[in-house]
Amino acid sequence: MATKSLHDISIDGLWNNNPALVQLLGLCPLLAVTGSVVNAMGLGLATMMVLVGSNFSVSLIRNHVPDAVRLPAFVMIIASFVTVAELIMQAFTYELYEVLGIFIPLIVTNCVILGRADSFACKNPLIPSVLDGFMMALGFALVLIVLGAMREVLGQGVIFSDMQLLFGPAAASWKIELIKDYPDFLFAILPPGAFMAMGILIALKNVIDDQLKQRAEAQQAPTESGSKRVRVTGKIS
Amino acid sequence: MGLLTLSSPHTHGPNSTGKVMATVALACLPGIAVMTAFFGWGTLINLALAIATALTSEALIVKIRRRPVSFFLKDNSALVTGLLLGLALPPFAPFWVTMVATSFAVVFSKQLYGGMGNNPFNPAMVGYALVLVSFPVQLTTSWALSGQMSGMDTASFSDTLQIIFAGQKELADAFTGATPLDAYKHLIVKGTATDVLAEDTFNGWLNGGWEWMNIAFLAGGLVLLWRRIITWHIPVAMLAALSLCSLVIGWDEDMYTPLYLHLLSGATMLGAFFIATDPVTASTTPLGKLIYGAGVGILIYMIRTWGAYPDAVAFAVLLMNFAAPFIDAYTQPRSYGHEKARRGLPEKD
Repeated sequence: MATKSLHDISIDGLWNNNPALVQLLGLCPLLAVTGSVVNAMGLGLATMMVLVGSNFSVSLIRNHVPDAVRLPAFVMIIASFVTVAELIMQAFTYELYEVLGIFIPLIVTNCVILGRADSFACKNPLIPSVLDGFMMALGFALVLIVLGAMREVLGQGVIFSDMQLLFGPAAASWKIELIKDYPDFLFAILPPGAFMAMGILIALKNVIDDQLKQRAEAQQAPTESGSKRVRVTGKIS
Repeated sequence: MGLLTLSSPHTHGPNSTGKVMATVALACLPGIAVMTAFFGWGTLINLALAIATALTSEALIVKIRRRPVSFFLKDNSALVTGLLLGLALPPFAPFWVTMVATSFAVVFSKQLYGGMGNNPFNPAMVGYALVLVSFPVQLTTSWALSGQMSGMDTASFSDTLQIIFAGQKELADAFTGATPLDAYKHLIVKGTATDVLAEDTFNGWLNGGWEWMNIAFLAGGLVLLWRRIITWHIPVAMLAALSLCSLVIGWDEDMYTPLYLHLLSGATMLGAFFIATDPVTASTTPLGKLIYGAGVGILIYMIRTWGAYPDAVAFAVLLMNFAAPFIDAYTQPRSYGHEKARRGLPEKD
């Protein structure tokens, strides 16, 4: 496998091979906890910690684990990091830990993590692996946060509510009420709304990609013979 | 002597989609008139709002999809979607409920699937189900009492406007009440049929507005049958299945809602003739239509009797929409020239 440049790894994680928008991995927590920005951030950060940690460790041991038992070994590593993340959340953000509930331990089953361990970290040296883990997790977390924001605004008419769960008491005032007396739009709060918002995000990404591609093709198109160059300098009289 | 030789077919169908949809809209008129007479201005305001929203969203999304706008607006399908939603939503529903339901119906459940003819689910019912799930309070407390039942005049035009657009709660409370289906289901637990029917909501046979409304939609439906816009299969199967369920399971009036309330209350007739018969989302084969209609009827009975929602037509129709492609695949009639009908799902290559 040809080694990719660090720049390509970053772009892949954030956009071209975004775990949520392109690989469609980890949809279960993605759809279940993105009811608000703070939940999305909490899960995004926990996932990021686990993913960076597991990519780091897997890359370290990649030459010492026989192929036949690599998956169990990876799962052990991931499970340890998930436990660490869980304990950290219990210690510092207990309310958020309570809100996210089962979805924190379930990070261990998130396919993004095992997927990156098996397809990237076990074949690449340390620094690219850690960067890959970080960028993949960042791409995942950004999608989570955008989804959370969409659903919070649509569902409750507010944004950044309950941020104190993650950022301490000072963040309690971050809540912005966009619409007064907003009637709760249950559809956006419930899982079907998450599916729909997710679909819209994927569609938006495809539209943007299409336009970028068209623009690139238009720029690369060879000049037709006989066409005249437009004079772009000088005065138009 | 010039003899023109014309080849078959010699008759031509004057029906375009636009004309069919316009006929459907016209057939709703008796129902609209009766609803306005009994329940006040709310219905008309809802209709205007829903139709305007439907046409605007359709035009917008067709424009975004770079398709000819006037061509798609002229097929009147957005008009009918708005019309059905305006009829289905409670007369005093807040304006934003109507707008959310209608724009979601047109944009998400119709245009995102590819527009007219490509939508697997009945757009109007998707919009209705969306707001019913999302705003249960507004959807269950905004039903108008009919003038005859409450013993007073229906809300005046300006009052209705205030309730719908300004959300005047106190004003609304005077004019809204439970629907007969809902009331019967909740009251029958405590008393006998005679007690329940003595309540204001029912006010005797053919006096509540709901019965006349359903009869008006039945009349409109018969017009559709006569104009051959729809066939008899779906309405007959649906009403028969609903009646059969009600007679077999709910024969005891002291425990279950009686048959005539099932048939002549709620959205039964509107559903049977105008909603379940949607040519895009319903079954298309004769046998399939019978199965589809019966399925809708059975589901309506089940959801009304054991479900938590006041009416069931939207959910029943949507659930059968899921099944329609499979029903069609297994009920293909024998086509001319083949010995046996080709049934079942097409084999993969």
